[in-house]
Amino acid sequence: MATTRERIQPEQRNLVEMSWDPITRIIGNLGIYTKIDFDNREVVECKSTSSMFRGYSVFMKGKDPRDAGFITSRICGICGDNHTVCSIYAQNMAYGIRMTPLAECMFNLGEAAEYIFDHAIFQDNLVFGDYCEQMVKSTNPTMLAKAETTKAPNSEIHGLRTIADIMRAFNPFEGALYRQGLVQSRVAREMFCLMEGRHVHPSTMYPGGTGTVATPQVFTDYLSRLTRVTDFVKKAVPLNDDLFDFFYDALPGYEEVGRRRVLLGCWGAFQDPIEATYRYDEMTHWGRAMKVTPGVIVDGELVTTDLVDINLGIRILLGSSYYDDWQNEEMFVTKDPLGNPVDRRHPWNQTTLPKPQKRDLKDGNYSWVMSPRWHDKRTGDDLALDTGGGAFARLYSTALAGIVDTPYVKAPGDGSVQIHLPKTASSGEVTLTWRIPQWSNAIERNRARAYFIAYSAAMAYGFVEEGLGYVRKGQTKTFNSFEVPDEAIGCGFHEAVRGLLSHHLVIRDGKIANYHPYPPTPWNGSPTDSNGVPGPYEDAVNNMPIFEENDQENFRGVDIMRAVRSFDPCLPCGVHMYLGNGKTLKRMHSPMFGSNSH
Amino acid sequence: MATTEAAPDREAQGVEEVHILWISEGMSCDGDSVSITAAMQPTIEDVLLGNIPGLPKVHLHNKVLSPTLGGDEFLQPFFDAVNGTLDAPFVFVLEGSVPNENINGDGYWTSFGNDPATGEPLTLSWWLDRLPQKAWAVVACGTCATYGGIHAMAGNPTGCMGLADYLGWDFRSAGGLPIVNVPGCPVQPDNFMETLTWVLYQAAGLAPTIPLDDLLRPQWLFGKTVHEGCDRAGYYEQGDFAHDYNSPKCQVKIGCWGPVVQCNVTKRGWMNGIGGCPNVGGICIGCTMPGFPDKFMPFMDEPPGATVSGALVAPYGKFIRKMRAITNNTVNKEPKWRHNRPALTTGYEPRWGNRKEG
Repeated sequence: MATTRERIQPEQRNLVEMSWDPITRIIGNLGIYTKIDFDNREVVECKSTSSMFRGYSVFMKGKDPRDAGFITSRICGICGDNHTVCSIYAQNMAYGIRMTPLAECMFNLGEAAEYIFDHAIFQDNLVFGDYCEQMVKSTNPTMLAKAETTKAPNSEIHGLRTIADIMRAFNPFEGALYRQGLVQSRVAREMFCLMEGRHVHPSTMYPGGTGTVATPQVFTDYLSRLTRVTDFVKKAVPLNDDLFDFFYDALPGYEEVGRRRVLLGCWGAFQDPIEATYRYDEMTHWGRAMKVTPGVIVDGELVTTDLVDINLGIRILLGSSYYDDWQNEEMFVTKDPLGNPVDRRHPWNQTTLPKPQKRDLKDGNYSWVMSPRWHDKRTGDDLALDTGGGAFARLYSTALAGIVDTPYVKAPGDGSVQIHLPKTASSGEVTLTWRIPQWSNAIERNRARAYFIAYSAAMAYGFVEEGLGYVRKGQTKTFNSFEVPDEAIGCGFHEAVRGLLSHHLVIRDGKIANYHPYPPTPWNGSPTDSNGVPGPYEDAVNNMPIFEENDQENFRGVDIMRAVRSFDPCLPCGVHMYLGNGKTLKRMHSPMFGSNSH
Repeated sequence: MATTEAAPDREAQGVEEVHILWISEGMSCDGDSVSITAAMQPTIEDVLLGNIPGLPKVHLHNKVLSPTLGGDEFLQPFFDAVNGTLDAPFVFVLEGSVPNENINGDGYWTSFGNDPATGEPLTLSWWLDRLPQKAWAVVACGTCATYGGIHAMAGNPTGCMGLADYLGWDFRSAGGLPIVNVPGCPVQPDNFMETLTWVLYQAAGLAPTIPLDDLLRPQWLFGKTVHEGCDRAGYYEQGDFAHDYNSPKCQVKIGCWGPVVQCNVTKRGWMNGIGGCPNVGGICIGCTMPGFPDKFMPFMDEPPGATVSGALVAPYGKFIRKMRAITNNTVNKEPKWRHNRPALTTGYEPRWGNRKEG
């Protein structure tokens, strides 16, 4: 591998600069730039960057607001429907309408299928590339040897004898579970298409409801697939537990990989079909009725579950991005419908002013995105919340709030979420319990993903029963008509697969005057902001120990990749991060070892 | 002479092995990469594992599916292809539209890797000026790459365009092929995999040149309209239209552009025959078309042409519906000879006597 040694004497450490650009097995374009202290087996600094600008907020101005759900779906190629749904929520508020309970059930069923599909393909086909036998063999052969002789505790449930057998099953394309993951992701996408028409940009979703015709058949077709997926999930969750628990056992200290302070945001998912009125002045109530409870969690404490608080706390900061500030631009919304003041840095008042320029990694601008933060009234801090890859924050918030209580999922308020799955082809009823773990780290983000697949499947059973109940009673209306008002505002809160999602909309003269979507990845992947607060990826990797056995020359960086991928990066949403400068002992391009082994 | 020597499987020019170099760093959402993982006819793993008879051995280099950790591990084959040192021919796939880097100030709109010498980002245009010319075939995947798509809509800041707008519509690859366009937002999974399979068979010397129309679309996929394949078109014929999205009837009055859009989704469904667009209640917004999206917006209004054609078909359709109702009423009645009376009235003349004596 081509390395150039340029000896610059740093302070005490010998730092090696290493980069991976682009990162594979994620959606979108992300580069990771690190400085590593190999003597002390530690990452000293991590900066990440993504460089693509597409300009949704710019080109949506002046368009018909009803088009927003169709257009914003195209922001994301893996969870585009989350944008469509979030946009519809925002539009429903702006148009002053609600949806029929049946339509809400069908939206929820589509979204449940999306969570199942997306978490499954990301976990089994993208994340596990870092945990599979081929990878571990090249990075931690000693651990692989241990995995060969370690019996999988849940092998009676999932059928794989040792941990190494599990790792082998995830070898890309060749491993049985890798291929089964693809197959299951397709079954889940068929469920999705039954409700939302097409994956990944839905065809049947409109403000006011859905065009999917609510026949018994559509529910039958969905349910029969759901039971097949559930059968798979019941084996997958204990298998995930086996693999992740093994990492803690085999590599003491592994909890430090990707660990950061518990600073989580969740904007809520699965509207309650009866309670969701989309009225801003009732948002506190119907927000708390959502079947994934919204919440902001700071150091393990639930600060709020109120969507109004959540909304008003959002701040968009400029770090070192290719934009001009909007400090002197028009304020679109000075007070919310409850009379609360709305900040200039809130998405309702943002004006996007792109200014392409040369990347200046030293002291200038280097990135295309901004830094969303949440303003904590108690302390005055603008917090760099992360989503834990979505599932982690959803389970955490739901468990702490202790509100969700359905026949299939319960949050009893003791820090757990209980997920009840009915009998399926190869197993009886199963109750899976997720408990708030000790850390916010890579392993727990990944583990939560497996549990949230089960959560979504369990919720889906409930929505099938409720939806089919309406159909059987002849209440088949799925769409409510509306008029687009000349002047209105709206906001939508939802959970994209990889975490919190908001859409803020301002309508003037019947057209879009301002539209700002804030998906999870700008939160997770944000740069150090104007207050000097680093973004979550950077924060999670900074000062992280390294467990890879390879020396510097053969280093692949798998621990760093595990940390970053645990957030489920999805860059089309727009990540704009900081590229650091510093003292460099030695500069290497991305590690090459093993590039011919595939 | 008369030996059992097997005839050569492939023509002399057929390749045994091929790389697929896939760049999704056009202005895209990676939705087309995700879409191909949904394909079942054939699946991506079947193609890669050699489960499709006759296909050359395929090495896929796609960011979303790559087993590598990224960086140079991932980029090496792309650089090898630029340098002419790749060990086998390659098919170049572009996903996403091509931003105009002539208007980027001093910056860039999108990049793919860094220049190893300078550490500066390499723009998509840098790659497009070097890779397609050396490719055996060039495939544009999805509407962004084919014609510009969403990111090229009016008011966009990046000056986006499709691949053929950038390379020229008369571009020919090293294998002598025009660009192969597979539009769709996202691309219909099986449409893409089927097209790719044709190109691979062609590379193997087992298929003739792929038949494309003048917008470089595979003819067998995009030769018919959405409406011609739609199971709701019968409502149109009867002048019976949906007036809101609750209705299972023809949606042209509420925004469907199916009658003038070339796409097979209503025939093929979205995946495994499930889903689609107007066939399942989703208006056709023209996402496979060069005029997408602007010429179809606002999406939820009646297309101008549908007002005229809808008005024309209305009196005919009303009459036909009435006549069909009469016939339908008739065919909903069983023939009168199906009864349990003590007589056979089917018209059969039995030899044993036709009446049960009481």
